[in-house]
Order: sequence, then structure tokens, then C-alpha cells
Amino acid sequence: MGPDLTWYLAVAAFLFAIGALGVMLRRSPLIVLLSLEIMLNGANLALITFSRHHAELDGQIFALAVMAVAASEVVVGLGLIVAVHRRKLDLDVDKLSTLRG
Amino acid sequence: MGNVVVWAVWIVAAFACLGSATAVVSFANPYYSALSLIGNLGSLAVLYLLLSAEFVAAAQVLVYAGAVMVMFLFVIAYLGRHVDTPWAGGPSWQALGAVAAAGALMVEIVVVIGLKASGRLSDAPDITAAFGSPRAIGELFLTDHLLAFEITSIVLLAAAVGGVVLGSHARGDEPTTPGSTLLQEEVPPLR
Repeated sequence: MGPDLTWYLAVAAFLFAIGALGVMLRRSPLIVLLSLEIMLNGANLALITFSRHHAELDGQIFALAVMAVAASEVVVGLGLIVAVHRRKLDLDVDKLSTLRG
Repeated sequence: MGNVVVWAVWIVAAFACLGSATAVVSFANPYYSALSLIGNLGSLAVLYLLLSAEFVAAAQVLVYAGAVMVMFLFVIAYLGRHVDTPWAGGPSWQALGAVAAAGALMVEIVVVIGLKASGRLSDAPDITAAFGSPRAIGELFLTDHLLAFEITSIVLLAAAVGGVVLGSHARGDEPTTPGSTLLQEEVPPLR
């Protein structure tokens, strides 16, 4: 038997915190999206760890659904970034503070 | 013996995971950030394998490290060079607040897990070889979780339509900043 499941949860908590840090600190919307992926993956790791803990597959199903939602979120987010870029606006989340183009 | 190997694999994967996540947040160039996110997703797939989630690990590599990251790299290449200096201007109140909030979030998660599950997580129950196999996952998706499966397909369809709408040239091509008529020539409006 390898490491305790607690260690996996510690990695998940660290991943979530690092991702949150990236979302709050960085100004480039691309890196904000990448950090969001890190947060989602931290949550996924926790889901799969608890799925192993309870010996039930429902957590893995949930993790797969999260992956599908994350993929859709990336499509829409990248589409928004490309639309912002095409309007010759700065790619800076601090400057994109109004909803008007 | 097998114990030591599992520990060694876990340590390598966990530290690669956390290190590449830190690299994603701290690189100035988004291209390098995206490349390190691929390493992060790969080492997470190794952790999933250690938790006997084989199908999720395979889907992680195919969907995330494959499809999603290729799209990311294409968009970054399309946008060109947009270097974002990560820690410019020294520690502002915003950066300090962000570090404090992220630290508080992590402490909160660790404390809740420690209170709720201390000691009980050390003995994982025995599982059969079928746990996490594509057959078991597929059966669950088509019986107990059929609604989630169908809703996922609608979500993906909506995202595909939204991506096409957001990415199309049909409207909103005029620049809002003056003096960029030269740049405007790059994107001729569709007629």
C-alpha cells in the first residue's frame, strides 16, 4: 500500500491554492484561464481520492463531468479572448472592467 | 518492495504536479505557462493511476493534455507575443490580499479535511480490478448517471456553438482605439 489518501488531499489543496493565486494575481486572461484549469484539477483530484476512499465510482463520474465542463469553459473563454483581441483591446483583466466593447 | 516503488512514484508525481503548477502561475510568457500545464496534467494522470482511476487518467491525457492544450497553444500562437510581467511593480495591496486569500483558502481546506476525516482516510478499502475500468464507468454512465451524460452532451454542443459565434468575423470588427487602420487591414470583414 502506498501513501495515505490524506497525502493526495494535501496535493489537491495545494493545487487549488496555487490556482487561486494565479487567478487573483495574474493580469493576462490566458494565464487566468490556465490557473482556472489548475483549480479544477485540484477539485478533480479530491473527487477521485474520495471515490477511492469510499470504493464507489460516483466520484470518478463526477470528475469526468467536470472535465467536460472545463473543456466547454475553455472554448468559450478562448473565444472571448480572441474577440477581445480582434477589437484591439488590451489583453489585461484589470483594464477589461466594463462590459461595453 | 512494491510499497517503496509506489511511494517513489507518488513523490515524483506529486512534486512534478506542484512544481509545474507553480511554473504555470509564475512564467511571464503564456506559451511556457501552457507547456508547463501539460506537465501538470500528465503528472496528475499518474496520481489518478495510483488511485486506480484508469479511465479518468486516460481521459485526462486525451481530453486535457491532448485536445484542450492544443487549442490553448493555437490561440496563444494566434494572439502573438503578449508577455505579461507577473510580479511587476513590487508587492501591491492587491498582491498581498491575493496571497492572504489563497493561503486562507488552503488552511481552510486542510483544517476541514483534518476535522472531518482525520484517521479514517488511512485505510483505503480493498477494491476489485474492475474498479475504474472503462466497462464499469460506462455501465454507470448509461444506468445511474444517464441524465448527467445527456446534459454533458448538451453542454458541449452549446460550448461549440458559442465558440463559433464568438470567433466569427461577422460583427464587431471595427477597432475602438484610433490610429490602428494599418492593423485593421489584417482582418477583412466577411461579406
